Amino acid sequence: MSTAALTPAKTAPGGSTAVRDSLTMLRRNLKHMQRYPAMTISILVMPLLFLLLFVYVFGGAIGTGTLGPGTTRDDYINYLVPGIIVMTATSGAVATAVSVCTDKTEGIINRFRTMSISRGAMLSGHVLGSTIQVTAVLALITGVAVAIGFRPNASVVEWLAAAGLLIFLALGLSWLCAGMGMNAKTVESASNGPLPLTLLPLMGSAVVDPDSMPAGLRWFAEYQPFTPINETVRGLLMGGEIGNNGLIALAWCAGLALFGYWWALRAYNKTVKR
Amino acid sequence: MSTSNAAPAAITAIGLRKSYGDKVVLDGIDLTIPEGSIFALLGPNGAGKTTTVEILSTLIAADGGEAQIAGYDMVRQAAKVRRSIGVTGQFSAVDNLLTAEENLMLMADLSHLPKAEGKRRSAHLLERFDLTEAAHKTAATFSGGMRRKLDLAMTLVSSPGIIFLDEPTTGLDPRSRRIMWELIRDLVGQGTTIFLTTQYLEEADQLADRIALLDHGRLVAEGTAEELKRRIPGGHVRLQFSDAAELDTAAGLFGVANKDEESLTLQIPSDGSVANLRAVLDVLDTTGVTAESLTVHTPDLDDVFLTLTGKPAQDTTPQKESAR
Repeated sequence: MSTAALTPAKTAPGGSTAVRDSLTMLRRNLKHMQRYPAMTISILVMPLLFLLLFVYVFGGAIGTGTLGPGTTRDDYINYLVPGIIVMTATSGAVATAVSVCTDKTEGIINRFRTMSISRGAMLSGHVLGSTIQVTAVLALITGVAVAIGFRPNASVVEWLAAAGLLIFLALGLSWLCAGMGMNAKTVESASNGPLPLTLLPLMGSAVVDPDSMPAGLRWFAEYQPFTPINETVRGLLMGGEIGNNGLIALAWCAGLALFGYWWALRAYNKTVKR
Repeated sequence: MSTSNAAPAAITAIGLRKSYGDKVVLDGIDLTIPEGSIFALLGPNGAGKTTTVEILSTLIAADGGEAQIAGYDMVRQAAKVRRSIGVTGQFSAVDNLLTAEENLMLMADLSHLPKAEGKRRSAHLLERFDLTEAAHKTAATFSGGMRRKLDLAMTLVSSPGIIFLDEPTTGLDPRSRRIMWELIRDLVGQGTTIFLTTQYLEEADQLADRIALLDHGRLVAEGTAEELKRRIPGGHVRLQFSDAAELDTAAGLFGVANKDEESLTLQIPSDGSVANLRAVLDVLDTTGVTAESLTVHTPDLDDVFLTLTGKPAQDTTPQKESAR
């Protein structure tokens, strides 16, 4: 290649470069998490708080309302935990939007843009980092849930399927939030954008049966993305009917990921600043 | 460097145009910058310097015009252009949460250097930029001068043949500025081409082989510092007055003159010859205007700016570059 003479140390661009650059960016973001653990802790605190709140504070009352008379707190834990785990998968969303927007508003993104690196690498690094972070938090929350009485009856395959779906969800949400971060004007507005996402599971089947909701909200609960995801995770971990919820859940995750990827990359490649 | 498409020019641009809405930022810029030279684009804030750098470094698209960077078309071969250039922008582009060394290693990894080579270059740059002590501190703790040095060091990791420096010393204290100047001079010694923007006439005068003056999106003059100075008849004489009334009267007597109400001084273009001085004094004598003192100023780039744009370079700073 004639261009090699100008910059002898560099390799030609191609598929392998995209992976290599993304991994370099991933290492960068993992270092950020290590340097700035406050973000990881805040990701962990929210679902942990919800878990304890719903089990010990509301659990007695809600449990009877949701699962019928005669149910115990332990029965409710088994209903609640899959929902809390899905909420946990959304907890990394704010962090992704904030870290992407921070890169965008600081000068470093323009350095990356003028370098010969794969165009999606910076964003992939954020998304992969956030997905790994959320996966770790998911494991921790599941551990705590088991410790306070969650008794799933899932087989290894069902566990793996649930984990796969949750990680896929975290990935999809991460891409969506990378898009939000890239398209937000300030870090503050980037941190507000994903908030509804983390509350959306509550307006579905995460902590109560949507049948107990008023008609309008019940209709919303039925069709919003988190209900089929909730139902799939609950079905995998606790047994019970999954039906076509599994496919709908996968479609939502894929849709979120594809839309977020397109939205974020479009902003990265945008030639006019801000 | 043994490149098959070795062009004598590292950067050529023809008719670059850019507008943001109704505001024309660049109104047809032509440039030719030879390899291994320092080129300074000099102009006040809002003249279009940053926009020019952003276009040539593939960050934004021009509305019109063409440019070749290292022999590659900036639009059709943007990826190849990016492999040949390094950019240090006006706003620090370092990762605040990483240490100096990690920032440099990040650049090495993104440049696809082998690990050992990346380490070697990082260590070398840390030493050369006097950052060895700060190697393991996060950039967030750095002073402005240190950040700017790290920023430039990061640009150098991939040994780019062409480096864009957008106002590399703006906001630095005089000592840090001199250190940056030394570092920039060293680079050219190694054959690197440097495209520098600055609003400091002294900086362009100190560093650049060739200087172009940018004003309201147009190049109003181009040449070496010497050539530019030659384009004006000479420097100026500076008359100091004791009150504003005397200053106003005197300003009316001389055609081309730059009045400074605050310091009560009047600058009159002059070649510094005895005849010229006598003429100035004669005008004052015959009209009875009293000047406190007179100083003769040998030509510098400020005078070039005054003559070519009709206003001094540093007094035109109020509007911020609207391109941002």
